[in-house]
Amino acid sequence: MSKIKMNRKSVALDMTAMCDMAFLLLNFFILTAQFKPEEPVTVVTPSSVSDVPVPQTDLMTITIDKNGKIYFGVEGQFVREKMLKDMAGKYQIGLTPEQIKSFTLASSFGVDIRQMAQYLDLTPSERQKFPNLGIPCDTANKGENNQLRDWIAYARYANMPNGMRIAIKGDNDANTESIEKVINTLQDQNINKFNLVTGLEAKPDLSLFK
Amino acid sequence: MAEVDTGGGKKVSTKVDMTPMVDLAFLLITFFMLTTTFSKPKAMEVNMPDKVTDPKDVVKVKESLTTTFVLGEGDKIYYYSGVDNQVVNQTDFSENGLRKFVLSDIKSKVLNFGNDPVYIIKPSKKSRYKNVVDILDEMAIAGNYVVQYKGTERKTKLSYAMVAITKDDEELVEKFKTGGPAAPAATPAP
Repeated sequence: MSKIKMNRKSVALDMTAMCDMAFLLLNFFILTAQFKPEEPVTVVTPSSVSDVPVPQTDLMTITIDKNGKIYFGVEGQFVREKMLKDMAGKYQIGLTPEQIKSFTLASSFGVDIRQMAQYLDLTPSERQKFPNLGIPCDTANKGENNQLRDWIAYARYANMPNGMRIAIKGDNDANTESIEKVINTLQDQNINKFNLVTGLEAKPDLSLFK
Repeated sequence: MAEVDTGGGKKVSTKVDMTPMVDLAFLLITFFMLTTTFSKPKAMEVNMPDKVTDPKDVVKVKESLTTTFVLGEGDKIYYYSGVDNQVVNQTDFSENGLRKFVLSDIKSKVLNFGNDPVYIIKPSKKSRYKNVVDILDEMAIAGNYVVQYKGTERKTKLSYAMVAITKDDEELVEKFKTGGPAAPAATPAP
C-alpha cells in the first residue's frame, strides 16, 4: 500500500467496565419485563389500523373466544376481591378465603357463579378443561338473569371513584351474536364507549384510489 | 479447569476471550428492550349511540346519502343504497371490494350532493367478529380520504352506525343468494 511505514501500536483496552454495565442493564430489563398473566383461553384478535394502545389502568377486559364463550377480568386485586364478594353475596355462594385469594390472582375467569367454588379449587391448567366454561349472558327479560351484567356492575362499583375503561377482546371467528349480546349488555348500563382489542395493521395507501 | 501438560513446565496463558459473551449480553438487552414495548396490544375505540327504545328518538338520515351493508356468511358483504332498496349488490373485504366501493361512493356523494355518505352496518347472525372489526376499520381508513371538491381538499367525515339486522334484510339477502327477483339487473327477469 503506502510506502510510508505506519507505526503500529497494539491497543489493549480493558473492557471490564463495559461488560459490567452491559450485565447491569440486562438485569434491569429482565426484572422490569412484565410477563403477561396466564390467560384462561387463547384468543386471536382481528387486526385494524388503529394504533391507540390499550389502557393499562382501571381496565375491564371482556374476552370472547371462538365458541362465543365469555370471560371477564379486571385489573387490581382489591377490585377483584370486592367484586367477587358482592357477587357471591347476591347469588348466595359461600367461598373460603383460599378460594377468594385464588380468584384475586387470576387475571380473568369464565364460569357460571354457581360453579365458582369448584372452578376456583382447580389449577389454571385444569380450569381450561372445566366443562361449561363461559359466563352466562342471558339478555332475555331485560337482562334480569344476565350474570355478565352483574359482574360489570359490581366491578364498576368496586372501582369507584374511578370510572372503568372497557376493552373487548374477541376472537376472529367468534359469532357476531355473542358480540352483540355483550354490546347490548353494556348499552343497557349506558356504557357506550369502549375499546376493541386488535392487532396492528399498516395504514393503506389511499393515493391508489384517486 | 483444563490441564496443561506440556513437557518442560511452560506456562500457557489462561486468558479467556470474553467477546462472544459480551455480544450475547448486548443481544439479550436489545431483545428485552424491544419486547417489553411490543407486547402491548392495540385498541380500536368504538362509540355506540345511546340505546333507543322510543321510536320518536330514532335519528333520521337522508336516504339519498345512505348505503346499507349487511354482513353475511363467509366474509361476504351485501349492500344496497337507501334504507330499504330491493336491488342488492355483493362485495367482499378485499381491497378491490369494499374499500374501492366506499371510496368511490364517498367521491360521488361529495361531488353530487356536497355531503359525506351515511352508512348503516347490519351484521347477520352468520357473520364473524372479524367482519365487524374489518368494516369498522374500513370506515376509519376512509376517514383519511381526501376529495377535491370546489377547488379545496375536503377531508372525509363519515357517519356510520351499527344496528341490529331486521327480518326484511335477512329475507332480502336470502333472495339475492338464490338469484330471485331481487337480484341486480345483470340477470334479466323473464
